[in-house]
Amino acid sequence: MLKWLEKNLPKIVMAPAVGLIGWFVYGFVLWTLYISFTNSKILPKYELWGVGQYVKLWGSRKWLIAVDNLLIFTALFLIFCVVIGIILAIFLDQKIRAEGVLRTIYLYPMALSFIVTGTAWKWILNPTLGIQKMFIDWGFENFTFDWLVNREMAIYTIVIAGVWQSAGFVMALFLAGLRSVEDEIVKAAKIDGANLFTVYWKILLPMMRPVFFTSFVILVHISIKSYDLIVALTQGGPGISTTMPALYMTQTAFHKSQVGLSAASAIMMFMAVAAVIIPYLYSELRRENAR
Amino acid sequence: MQDKLQASYKQLEMKSKYTNMFLRWFLYFALILFALYFIFPLYVMVVTSLKTMEEIRQGTLLTWPSGLNFDSWAVAWGGRGYGAGDTFLRPYFWNSFKMVIPAVFFSTFIGAMTGYVLTKWRFKGDQWVFLFLLFGCFIPFQAILLPMARTLGVLGISNSIIGLVLVHTVYGIPFTTLFFRNYYISVPTELVKAARIDGAGFFKIFFKILLPISAPIIVVTVIWQFTQIWNDFLFGSTFSFGKAAPIQVALNNMVLSSTSVKEYNVDMASAIIAGIPTLIVYVLAGKYFIRGLTSGAVKG
Repeated sequence: MLKWLEKNLPKIVMAPAVGLIGWFVYGFVLWTLYISFTNSKILPKYELWGVGQYVKLWGSRKWLIAVDNLLIFTALFLIFCVVIGIILAIFLDQKIRAEGVLRTIYLYPMALSFIVTGTAWKWILNPTLGIQKMFIDWGFENFTFDWLVNREMAIYTIVIAGVWQSAGFVMALFLAGLRSVEDEIVKAAKIDGANLFTVYWKILLPMMRPVFFTSFVILVHISIKSYDLIVALTQGGPGISTTMPALYMTQTAFHKSQVGLSAASAIMMFMAVAAVIIPYLYSELRRENAR
Repeated sequence: MQDKLQASYKQLEMKSKYTNMFLRWFLYFALILFALYFIFPLYVMVVTSLKTMEEIRQGTLLTWPSGLNFDSWAVAWGGRGYGAGDTFLRPYFWNSFKMVIPAVFFSTFIGAMTGYVLTKWRFKGDQWVFLFLLFGCFIPFQAILLPMARTLGVLGISNSIIGLVLVHTVYGIPFTTLFFRNYYISVPTELVKAARIDGAGFFKIFFKILLPISAPIIVVTVIWQFTQIWNDFLFGSTFSFGKAAPIQVALNNMVLSSTSVKEYNVDMASAIIAGIPTLIVYVLAGKYFIRGLTSGAVKG
């Protein structure tokens, strides 16, 4: 008995983690999947009802708006974060004085919650006293900036705040990537007459392929999960114009008491994330095994 | 050969000295411009929190406050003292600490143990176990929200700090395991093997050999977990309300439920109070914070 215990001690120590994750992650996803096939309203019911919730979901205008918004947000969020992140990383990589201070400034938004930064952006972007007023007071009398309360444009305010928050993160990833490249490669290219631009564009950035891939995965993942920022900035408004899937899910479950429908939307989100993450984990693991 | 290369490289550097000088000016200009862009919201938050509502209406976002006026900070922290309906952050600030400290402790401990087994007591299929845990880093929490609400209800710990501690501990395990596993994998296994031959057991090896060299990764993990849990809003807002809410939820409620007049100065003071603990940690230990952010992403 004692022998057995000793032999299996490592596995016993692992058991809580595996058990907890097995139950609270995998078990719960399956549970949610099951609920999505039922006609649950306020409380979960457990008689199967087929795919009715999914039919209802994809016929719902609000969900379609949410998906649309997600696509717009993800595309812009990705492009701006990556472009700003790369520019900052390359600029910082030039043996800059006070690099540490600058890096700290670029990255501090990551230490704050989206609720905190969303509150700040909401104040900055509000038309009566925020940026608009600042420009008017500076003499640009016809300046208008009312995106926050404009149905068409409100989604872009979420992009502004999201990019501001996460661009520094991409910078950190690329900076770490650039720093891991051997100095000799850059020196050799310079001796061959390549200017700095060519060095980055033709040599270093192509070497950063894994970093691009990682940034892509992480940013898409952040954008699919975006919830806090929308709650703090627009609550999905004006109207329902800035609803996103994560907000749709909680509103449908906890305000509209449509638990089955909400579960269906959660499963759609889960599938979207899995489609991005599983290939990523697979390739990471292969890379590690190859070493 | 080496000397010749060095020389030609030197020559090249000299030639481009003047172009370089111009480029460097441009570089610093651009970097400072970006820095201003990133600082701008923080600056606005701080100056707004120090103004009176009158000053806010008179000036612009950038206007310097007339003096150091911490009234709105006092209101945000301790309320106005008129009893019912007076919302302020103090109790929720402590709620967050009561939630964060045990959750960080448990998730870090479990992650350290799991990372230890996965790297130093390898068994058949351990790669798959790691992948199994790792996937937990990425699941959208919406997919577990409904069962979790039900489970907390059944356990009788919904709307309580204990419930939130459980939730944050569980969903922190994939990250803490990742951190420790990636750290311990670079510790030579020979060390452990030698200790095993000397008769040291499972726990003795952990506490005598691995734990003493784990300080950096413990710092990374604790900072990461602290920041994540402190900043969480989704779990806090779903599984708690009223008195048991953590600070981010309270902040959001305060900002949304302002009574007649919108008091931006109090809103900004509240936001700063809710952000200050993680900001302090970031400023003091930014290096470790960044390491946590990029680990798992840029693996060595």
